[in-house]
Amino acid sequence: MAPILGEILSRIPILTIIYLMPFAAVMALFFIPGTNQKAVKVTSLVFSVISLVLSILLFLAYDYNKGGFQFIEHHVWAASIGINYFMAVNGINVTLVLLTGIIITAGVLASWNVTYRPKEFFILLLILTTGVFGVFMTYNLFLFFLFYEIAVLPMYLLIGIWGTGPKEYSAMKLTLYLMAGSALIIAGILGLYFGSGLHTFDFDRLLTVTYDRTFQIIFFPILFVGFGILAAMWPFHTWSPDGHASAPTAVSMLHAGVLMKLGAYGCLVVAVWLLPDGAKFWFPTIAILTLVNIIYGSLGAVAQKDLKFIVAYSSVSHMGIVLLGIASANSIAFSGAVLQMFSHGIMTGLFFGLVGMTYGRTHTRIITQMHGLAKNMPALAAFFVLTALTSLGLPGTSGFVAEITVFIGAFRAFPVQAIIAVIGIIITAFYILRVVQMVFFGPPDPKFADLKDANPVEFTSLALLMFFILLVGFCPFFIMKVIHSSVLPIAIKLGGM
Amino acid sequence: MGILSMAGIAAALLPFLAFLAIVTFTKKYRNVSALVSISATGLSFLTACYILYSQITAPQQSSFNIPWMYIAGIEMNMGVLVNQLTSIMLFIVTFVSLLVQIYSTGYMHDDEGYSKFFAFLSLFTFSMLGIVISNNLLQIYVFWELVGLSSYLLIGFWYFKPEASDAAKKAFVVNRVGDFGFLLGILIVSFRAGTFDFMKVIDFAKSGAIDPNTLTVIALLLFCGAVGKSAQFPLHVWLPDAMEGPTPVSALIHAATMVAAGVFMVARLYGIFSLSPAAMNVIAYIGGFTAIFAASIALVQDDIKRILAYSTLSQLGYMILALGAGGFTAGMFHLTTHAFFKALLFLGAGSVIHSMGTNDIWRMGGLHKKMPITSITMLIATLAISGIWPFSGFWSKDEIFLALHNSGHTVLYYTAVVTAFMTSFYMFRLYIVTFMGKQGEHAGHAHESPLSMTVPLMILAVFSIFSGLVGMPGQPFNISNFIYFGEMEKPAGLNMTIAYISTAVALSGIALAFIIYFFKLVRAESLKKVSGPVYTLLKNKYYVDEIYLFFIRNVFFAITAVIKWFDRNIVDGLVNLTGWLVRQGGAQLRRTATGSVQTYALMIFGGMVVAMIAFAIYNPGLLTLFGGR
Repeated sequence: MAPILGEILSRIPILTIIYLMPFAAVMALFFIPGTNQKAVKVTSLVFSVISLVLSILLFLAYDYNKGGFQFIEHHVWAASIGINYFMAVNGINVTLVLLTGIIITAGVLASWNVTYRPKEFFILLLILTTGVFGVFMTYNLFLFFLFYEIAVLPMYLLIGIWGTGPKEYSAMKLTLYLMAGSALIIAGILGLYFGSGLHTFDFDRLLTVTYDRTFQIIFFPILFVGFGILAAMWPFHTWSPDGHASAPTAVSMLHAGVLMKLGAYGCLVVAVWLLPDGAKFWFPTIAILTLVNIIYGSLGAVAQKDLKFIVAYSSVSHMGIVLLGIASANSIAFSGAVLQMFSHGIMTGLFFGLVGMTYGRTHTRIITQMHGLAKNMPALAAFFVLTALTSLGLPGTSGFVAEITVFIGAFRAFPVQAIIAVIGIIITAFYILRVVQMVFFGPPDPKFADLKDANPVEFTSLALLMFFILLVGFCPFFIMKVIHSSVLPIAIKLGGM
Repeated sequence: MGILSMAGIAAALLPFLAFLAIVTFTKKYRNVSALVSISATGLSFLTACYILYSQITAPQQSSFNIPWMYIAGIEMNMGVLVNQLTSIMLFIVTFVSLLVQIYSTGYMHDDEGYSKFFAFLSLFTFSMLGIVISNNLLQIYVFWELVGLSSYLLIGFWYFKPEASDAAKKAFVVNRVGDFGFLLGILIVSFRAGTFDFMKVIDFAKSGAIDPNTLTVIALLLFCGAVGKSAQFPLHVWLPDAMEGPTPVSALIHAATMVAAGVFMVARLYGIFSLSPAAMNVIAYIGGFTAIFAASIALVQDDIKRILAYSTLSQLGYMILALGAGGFTAGMFHLTTHAFFKALLFLGAGSVIHSMGTNDIWRMGGLHKKMPITSITMLIATLAISGIWPFSGFWSKDEIFLALHNSGHTVLYYTAVVTAFMTSFYMFRLYIVTFMGKQGEHAGHAHESPLSMTVPLMILAVFSIFSGLVGMPGQPFNISNFIYFGEMEKPAGLNMTIAYISTAVALSGIALAFIIYFFKLVRAESLKKVSGPVYTLLKNKYYVDEIYLFFIRNVFFAITAVIKWFDRNIVDGLVNLTGWLVRQGGAQLRRTATGSVQTYALMIFGGMVVAMIAFAIYNPGLLTLFGGR
């Protein structure tokens, strides 16, 4: 099927169409009165679903036997300074584009109950999505940075206006943090631009350059930390718990589900691929830091009582596995890291969706104040249990496939670190099953006796996400082929396999 | 693909299809769900019978691989390996599974989660068969975790009971600890061998490419998995608590099949374990210790299911002990007979609980008249586990004793003998107190269970009596010609001395139980007083749970609290400090923006003075610009 599909999709500017889809929704929303909430939501949903369907087709159409960049759109823009409209995808990109399509669709569904200024809410959400799609599709570093900023900035308003709790503080903290990251990234990108002497931001041309070793050793950490902040790399992770705790449900879903992956993606593709010698120099140090992420994050989650804090710390721990995979510098670990981005993106989308739905009913997120919810909310409980199992890496879920691949790859590079990382999954089992037990099991609480289970919209949102977790968990063959085809060149550039 | 491989896959997949069918379609129709589940397992059982039959008539090995995942030259397959060992396990699992499901139609009849229960049982059967047919380490780990999941779901089946949800979580987490070692072992050995395939890994290990010390480490790490799943000391703590699940679950998962997975795994990878004498010794001693340790706890428990749970621990210890001492056939033989009589014991206990509504043996008593079928079948199982001739347990235990005797592990041999004494004592204590003597306070309204429950009991009773005969010397089919490691062993002769000793020990245990609990020549109460601290120690299960809890509460939670504090106050404190410094800096700088022109002029003048002084010091030549020399 792939060849025919690929043939069709390569005749149209499919990448531009996909990333403009949420933007088209924004345009359409301008013409819909904000009072017509139903129309606002339906419009957002329709365009999201179209982008999801197109992302699925794109994923299926990617030819992993050929590998490399495909569906290329290259138009000269500002030739004198090397800014070109250069869109292309490889196996890493199609996976993350698919992830974005899934999360935005589920996120729109999960926002069905937003009643305060829904039009503005969805406009910002969709602008953010445009930015994310753009980052995952462009291979011109200037455009990359542009899309990156488009993705990051709406977050401030979304949390500041629609959030809960100390939302201004959280929004400001998160934005300033990410701005600091952006500053490092722009410095790094300019360094790459001037260091190459080619006067181009086109990624494929920069790939042909071998930067001076000292240059690489200086610029690699600048880029890696810049992107690493967004990936919640320790000790730059504290924006995450506060940010998530204050953010509305869909924003948490998109943020943890997709934005954190932007950071990890940048680390792998921009920093590691372009600066292999710098990467090799810094990887042993980074591998230690990622262990702190994994163990410290999961221990941090044990001590928390607020569901969102627990999930946020759990994300810190799981993103540590992504970063460990990247630091292990071989194609197995890289494959695992990319798959973990995908898996964790969907899983954390589910978690935040479920937490939002639970909070919407019980009006508390404190685990000690809830028990026995499974009685009245069997579907939500079942989804929560399945998500928890994904989180602790149970076979049959995508979490297992991703984590075992990272561990196998990491074991080749850093055996001791890999062993310590595996301890993280025991701690994960401990805290996540504890949450399941406290919130959903035990005798039903009369106070929550009249709570309703998931409604059809919520159910669809959760089922969509769960479908992909199980699909990858049971049949990882295809997605692994796609990912591996495209991480292999990075591993080879690093001098390994 | 050979027909045997195909049959193996079919046997495993059928229950999975049943699981899917129940979850997606028949959940609302309880009887349909049960029917789907039972017929799938029934077909699976017939397939297993076919495989067993063809292996008995013509032993052969059949293997097949389906690519599951592929990365960088490492094959990750889902495969099937059918040989003698597979066939016997397939038979045991599908057989007990089928009987337990039939039994459950009676036992769970009034439960609201009836359909869900059958769905979970089907999921379990699938996962367990996945382990059994597995031909590589990755697959065994995958299904290893999936049986853990089924066990979690079924222990916590009555999730609204706090004890049940606690026990489910405990089982999963404790198993995770064992699986940590198991996974590391798998990672190391597959990294060395470059493959996950059992046969290739074993060949690689045999080729001497791994140095002996590493091999010992690998073997011990792999064994960690068995310590968790087969509940060996020190990870045994989850199994007694797992009794909070419905009794059919205890019979199937926590007695007959899943807990035997660890034993099976050791047998499957015996080619690796047997290469390391040091690891074999550790295995033997852990098994032996668990056997006597758990038996001693069983002596004083009052809950009928807990007694049986500690008995299961003890019997699993026997199997592990046998394997560690080189008794490959003996360990697997005991696994087989134990599956039948222990499933029977649990289902019998379930029948009693179902009719009485209590687990406390002291509130039962004299049930034989009210529940004759349950009572007689329980007696058969009790005789079997006590190792009385000619019941099945006699033959398999005897092989273990013989293996221990031949291996030269004298200490372990005597440990096993003492354990056998304890076993017959606590089992007859259970039987006498429950079924004989005066009727207890609750016995009045006891009644025999329905046929759906008693028929499985009777079938299992037949197997508890006769299944041991395959170990009897001098008949055409002998287990040691079928399940063996390396060269085919000669049928173990019956060492009469050992047979006499074991029988004498078992009989004296029974006699003691009768003296205390039936004839009441010695009062149990006064025994408690005499034994004093020992009794308290046993009653509290050697305080192992308390020790673990102490560490979790006082060490683990303390660490997490420190991390929480550190993260909020130090890491985030630095972040907020940076923000504060920037703001303070801004606030101070703002004071200079007074809006008064004179101030600004003064500043410009001051700045120029400073600049000139600086130039004068560092580069006097520049002063010419201002009219200097």
